[in-house]
Amino acid sequence: MNEQRKIELKKYSLEAKKQIIIGTNCAKSGHPGGSLSCTEILTYLYFDKMNIDPKNPDKADRDRLVLSKGHAAPALYGVLAVRGFFPVEEIKQLRKPYAMLQGHPDKKHIPGVDMSSGSLGQGISAAAGMALSAKHFGDDYRVYAIIGDGESEEGQVWEAAMFAAHKRLNNLTVFADLNNLQIDGTLDEVNSPLPLDKKFEAFNWNVIVIDGHDFDQIEAAVAAAEKCTDKPTAIIANTVKGKDVSFMENQVNWHGAGPNDEQAAEALAELDERIAAL
Amino acid sequence: MAEVKNIATRDAYGAALCELAEKRNDFVVLDADLAAATKTGTFKKAHPEMFYNCGIAEQNMMSVAAGFASTGKLVFASSFAMFAAGRAFEQVRNSIGYPHLNVKIGATHAGISVGEDGATHQCCEDIALMRTIPGMTIINPADATEARQAVLAAAELDGPVYMRFGRLAVPVVFGDDYKFEIGKGVELKAGTDVTVIATGLMVKEAMEAYDLLAAEGISARIINMATIKPIDRDIIVKAAKETGAIVTAEEHSVIGGLGSAVAEVVTEECPVPVIKVGVNDTFGMSGPANDLLGIFGLRAKDIVEKAKQAIAAKK
Repeated sequence: MNEQRKIELKKYSLEAKKQIIIGTNCAKSGHPGGSLSCTEILTYLYFDKMNIDPKNPDKADRDRLVLSKGHAAPALYGVLAVRGFFPVEEIKQLRKPYAMLQGHPDKKHIPGVDMSSGSLGQGISAAAGMALSAKHFGDDYRVYAIIGDGESEEGQVWEAAMFAAHKRLNNLTVFADLNNLQIDGTLDEVNSPLPLDKKFEAFNWNVIVIDGHDFDQIEAAVAAAEKCTDKPTAIIANTVKGKDVSFMENQVNWHGAGPNDEQAAEALAELDERIAAL
Repeated sequence: MAEVKNIATRDAYGAALCELAEKRNDFVVLDADLAAATKTGTFKKAHPEMFYNCGIAEQNMMSVAAGFASTGKLVFASSFAMFAAGRAFEQVRNSIGYPHLNVKIGATHAGISVGEDGATHQCCEDIALMRTIPGMTIINPADATEARQAVLAAAELDGPVYMRFGRLAVPVVFGDDYKFEIGKGVELKAGTDVTVIATGLMVKEAMEAYDLLAAEGISARIINMATIKPIDRDIIVKAAKETGAIVTAEEHSVIGGLGSAVAEVVTEECPVPVIKVGVNDTFGMSGPANDLLGIFGLRAKDIVEKAKQAIAAKK
């Protein structure tokens, strides 16, 4: 990836992160930590990779993405808004009654959201169903899913892993956002699903391990996934929960809490500084 | 009298899927390692390229079906009722129901007529569970004729449908002139003293009860309610007004099923006695299906008894 493009993607990603802070601040709730850990992945896919059209979000041949870790909805909403699927002003209505932007992704009402998600484990299966449809009907779109590390404690993730490999869904690429924290503590303290790479390998997937905040590595992994002809690809993305907002980084209590006005101002100032420094 | 054929509604399901494939090929059928039993195996044999076995993983299958349907295609997902509606309830609710996706669930082996496999596999809660999902259509056909039409009608409807089929071969009660319509109850016998609203294999029992009641000078109206959601409110209210007493009959728990659906309408719009024939808040047991129907009080004589109670309870 050339340096100019990388800087542009970093800027889009930081703009989306600002929307995560604004949304969870206005809602006084939500999941900023796990949103900030997967924003670069979403930014790369929606700005550089996926065949999508913000003006025609339902076009039939589009690439699809399922945010299986649906609680990271603010990241998806932020990226979709910055990408032009809907006005960024909508973010301020996040989690409010009758708002388009529900607490978890709502396929029926949000332009650009390909599947309702949030009940963990279900999104990866739905993504596999989309990939199966593409294969069955000879459509050439690709399907992406983002799962959480904590989410991987759900048995359904492994039902889906078995299914996608058995059906040779090489048009499916799943990112595992490995930020090492879940609601009740570290993975180790709760019920660790690690090692994810070895597990996906054992389930007969093509496995790539990357730094999930590095656009070069994200791009290379997605390109490698496209070249794989007989297996789905799992990209194990090592990430930092709360990435780029210093006081949120690696702090479990920022899994599911919105920043207050003071904290939001501090976070936005830091993100603006990061944008200015690009 | 012509000989009555016995056909399980699951057999009609498999055959109807094959018939549908003669008309359109923009769909697939999923199963969870029960194709031989759910009769999607019949479809698999005829159209192997349109069939996918998801293995023993019903939760994944339901969400896969949702994702498949989200691409604008039709999909059938099949398993036993216990696993389709029970084990995978939350996948049906969140993956299929919430986005209102075009998934048709073919749930076989519903009720206690599963027989010898016993309580773990005798699902008497599925109608109750599915009824709580907004936008879900529920169809419980009475015989093979109705099952076939229900499958073809469900394929034409845009949205999730739960179709309930049985394992037991049951008499074909409807002729080729029978017309099934989603959301419409059908009056099979006119009557004035009491109405029996039956669904599934209990329709045949209700027809027998009609004769038994008639022999005692009681005029019973018999209604087949194949669609349990959305329920046909008009035919229920009319029956309540005109006969003043109702008995419901279903091979399902008395909690949350047809009886509850009918009682909800009656209490809101025209309160009259409603007495339920169903599985009385208990688990099933192993045994020959036809014996179990007697043991659990799901026979014509049980409908007759409840019909008399309902009449006696009229004001």
